[in-house]
Amino acid sequence: MRPLVRLGLFLVSTAVFAGIFVAALFDLHPLGHADPLSATYGDLVNSLTVPERHITDAVTAVNFDFRGFDTLGEEFIMFASVLGAALLLRKHADESAGPPIDKQQGRQITLASDAVRLLSVALVSPAVLFGIYVVTHGQVTPGGGFQGGVILASAPLLIYVSGEFHSLRRVAPRWLVEAAESIGAGGYVVIGAAGLLSANAFLHNFLPLGRPGDVFSGGSVALIDLTVGLEVAGGFILLLLVFLEEVLVLRDPI
Amino acid sequence: MIWLQTAILIMVALGGLAVVLTRDPLHQAVVASFYGILLGLMFFLFQAPDVALSQIVIGALALPLMILLALARIRRKRERSVP
Repeated sequence: MRPLVRLGLFLVSTAVFAGIFVAALFDLHPLGHADPLSATYGDLVNSLTVPERHITDAVTAVNFDFRGFDTLGEEFIMFASVLGAALLLRKHADESAGPPIDKQQGRQITLASDAVRLLSVALVSPAVLFGIYVVTHGQVTPGGGFQGGVILASAPLLIYVSGEFHSLRRVAPRWLVEAAESIGAGGYVVIGAAGLLSANAFLHNFLPLGRPGDVFSGGSVALIDLTVGLEVAGGFILLLLVFLEEVLVLRDPI
Repeated sequence: MIWLQTAILIMVALGGLAVVLTRDPLHQAVVASFYGILLGLMFFLFQAPDVALSQIVIGALALPLMILLALARIRRKRERSVP
């Protein structure tokens, strides 16, 4: 295709798209004013979460209780994609793993600066603490299993950035990370099945609800938060590990 | 508040443009990381702290890291095939 034709096609399609887009913008509700239907839904959810579930964060109540089954599906999407990445980056039969040896001997290797390494080491424990806080307080404040799990997973990443790859493999061995991910994913299903046994409804909230605003509130939602935190943290660390093993630990054709 | 929201919307629009206009994947990973932080800030300013929390870690940290590692993997593959 000649560049001129291509440019012409681009301009025409962009003009058409821009026209439709701008026309659609005029149909939007003004900023801060939702359309009546979703505003009703929002008000309904906000008025129900505290009296019905003793949960002060409406988002968590919706995610892990009112539509907990959808979240289970989303969690297994993530589980499957991490599994796929691990499968694609597995050690192939024609590769042998060994310690990382620089192919280009004698070259100047630039390490991360002292400031970067010191800062990453210093940030590891705050990341772990904050991650645990976000996971366990999902039912009280914004956050929850997914957000906390991702924050937890950034701790091993910080260890790697500080140049301690071998400490990373000691702190987060492959078997432990895989176990955490699987137990987290399976735990969600087990909690759902427990609801099925106690009230004939999958993911029925069967635990005592506690006092609103308390860490131990929300019944089984608090427990689901923990399993999701475990699954997400495990999944992301596993993703990091398989990539790092592929890139850092040299695998050469035999 | 409305000014902050307007400002962040404009910054997100410019950031998206910057990501698209960066042609080198290595540079693009870094630009995408900044774009991830902008998106996180936008979610926060539009009162969605739950989304903002995950966006900051995923968009600013995990995604650029995966791109960088994938690039390193591709480069190694090339070095291996050229003896």
